[in-house]
Amino acid sequence: MSLAPSVKSTTQPVETTATKQVPDLQGRFGDFGGRYVPETLTRALDELIVEYNRAIADPDFHAELNELLHRFVGRPSPLYHAKRLSNQLGGAQIWLKREDLNHTGAHKINNTLGQALLTLRMKKKRVIAETGAGQHGVASATACAHFGLPCVVYMGAEDVRRQKPNVFSMRLMGAEVRPVESGSRTLRDAVNEAMRDWMSSVEHTHYIIGSVIGPHPFPMMVRDFQSVIGRECREQCLTAIGRLPDAIVACVGGGSNAAGMFYPFVDDHSVRLIGVEAGGRGANPGDHASPLSYGSPGVLHGSYSYVMQDEDGQTSDVHSMSAGLDYPGVGPEHSYWKDTHRVEYTSCRDDEALGAFDFLARNEGILTALETCHAVAKAAETAKTMSPDQHLVICLSGRGDKDAAELARLRGQQW
Amino acid sequence: MTAIDELFVKLKGQGKKAFMPFITAADPTLAFTRLVLRKLNDLGCSMAEIGIPYSDPIADGPVIQASYTRALGSKIKLHDIFEQVAAERSNLTMPLVSMVSYAIIHRHGAERYVEAALSAGFSGAIVPDLLVEESEQLARICKAKQFNLIQLVTPTTPRERALRIAEQSSGFLYFVSVTGITGERTELPPDLVDRVSWLRERTPLPICIGFGVSKPEHVKLLAPVSDGLIVGSAIVRLMEQATQSESAALASIESLVTSLLKAME
Ligand SMILES: Cc1ncc(COP(=O)(O)O)c(C=O)c1O
Repeated sequence: MSLAPSVKSTTQPVETTATKQVPDLQGRFGDFGGRYVPETLTRALDELIVEYNRAIADPDFHAELNELLHRFVGRPSPLYHAKRLSNQLGGAQIWLKREDLNHTGAHKINNTLGQALLTLRMKKKRVIAETGAGQHGVASATACAHFGLPCVVYMGAEDVRRQKPNVFSMRLMGAEVRPVESGSRTLRDAVNEAMRDWMSSVEHTHYIIGSVIGPHPFPMMVRDFQSVIGRECREQCLTAIGRLPDAIVACVGGGSNAAGMFYPFVDDHSVRLIGVEAGGRGANPGDHASPLSYGSPGVLHGSYSYVMQDEDGQTSDVHSMSAGLDYPGVGPEHSYWKDTHRVEYTSCRDDEALGAFDFLARNEGILTALETCHAVAKAAETAKTMSPDQHLVICLSGRGDKDAAELARLRGQQW
Repeated sequence: MTAIDELFVKLKGQGKKAFMPFITAADPTLAFTRLVLRKLNDLGCSMAEIGIPYSDPIADGPVIQASYTRALGSKIKLHDIFEQVAAERSNLTMPLVSMVSYAIIHRHGAERYVEAALSAGFSGAIVPDLLVEESEQLARICKAKQFNLIQLVTPTTPRERALRIAEQSSGFLYFVSVTGITGERTELPPDLVDRVSWLRERTPLPICIGFGVSKPEHVKLLAPVSDGLIVGSAIVRLMEQATQSESAALASIESLVTSLLKAME
């Protein structure tokens, strides 16, 4: 993986510098994004844009959301100095932005509460969601239980199997989990089914998309709701370190924890931003889920972005042991950050991520979500190339309890 | 004028409406696709819509999804479809339209797609995931090459917007009958006739109704208020039989299409 060219480089044409002033009114991040959906959904998307703009101009909306994030979710999440981990690696000081400590155990709740509030404002009566790892499903079920909204979660049958604890939690909170048997029976198929549900139910249902993917305004809106991660982190770094960190690492599935972490730092050119995709079993087609590393621009699930596709435009099968990263597409803003070289993207194999799981468990006493382990593994690699007076932050997007049984299975152990 | 434009002029002169079956290409084989096309043509269908199988069709219900999955199971490529359609073209008098996801058009490049479709004998395309706002480039290419880009209007489309879409559409306007995905319906929305009539008074473009149309009753109700009807899932459902017996599948399709054509009269 080559390093991103310095953003200060004078040879860089102006138009290739990333800006925070995206997307435009058509939902374009540079060339990426837009809306590639059936006409049936246009009115609902237009209404969502209007309501979202109204909400963010309304102090009451912010007050209500912030109150929930504080007292219901437990924000701000701590920025924790992992000293033992840092000493073990002998490089940069490693800090963990503890999204795993949020209520429901991941960053996903930041987005679902925001969108649930919008659902109420739009007077929609029902919520649907897709989920891979089940964290977004749990976070949607939680927000819906909190507000008394009925919730249907689409989840690939393979993911239902490998993330059982989350399926059970969703049902405990009254959500209906619908296993999806089509295609690869993973996240991509769950998105397809949720979109089809929405095609028929759009007049009274809101679709809470769980990542920075889908048609405009979802990539922008989900990024904005998740940006609380980066905003807090920025403040916390200034307080704890006295300056901004030198590097930040986050895992990228659809890209919401990474987008929320990176976005507030886009203009801070001294901060290296590193996104880590799922490298699966290796670089061969079908063995990984790394569209930014190995894919090309195309259309999937309503937006134009890097995607794993064949030469005919058919979506390719992908692989990751982690359900939350097992997705052939990625949010359009990441494609924009890749092409403007603002963020470096790399990928991490299943076995490297598993190693990182153990490393963090044994050295810090933290069980980390398999998704997040991809970021931990690459962060450890990067930290070793840095000096002890430098600082690296990992977005610790979720906790690993949900993965215990699947880890045991992967290792042939009893659970 | 494209073959589609000419078709509607002719039908109008005869006081007739278009009947347009939809079939999935390569379900289960391209050889069968050719047989079905010939059959539909010989039965007197006005036009055929050929669905290019796509891996993630979010506007399609279970019947067409399953059909696309069967077709893609044989690793069929766009090139193969165009080649076989081109080979069959001289046996067909009806115009052909492709129903194709923008993911596929983008991958091949809009210009290349249109050129290849034209030389295979298609007269236009329906791109169900390309909104009018995003279709400017493709529309320009289609116009320059005399290829119809057929846009869609749905029950959720506000009236002003429907007029704008009609202005941008060519060949005909595809009026989606229901808020939902493709698939047979027992009942169609009660306000459908009013909506179509409202729009039909305001655009010179022919309006054809599709999604859910599957029964002679639907045909009798909708043919008088539109310029044509599109029947998809009801026909595609019968194509599955071809994996067992092609002649049985052809016979079933013939009997359904005959009954629907009769209801048009
Ligand atoms: C803990 C955790 N991290 C990361 C992800 C990947 O999603 P995103 O890239 O949108 O953050 C998931 C998705 O399920 C997750 O549960």
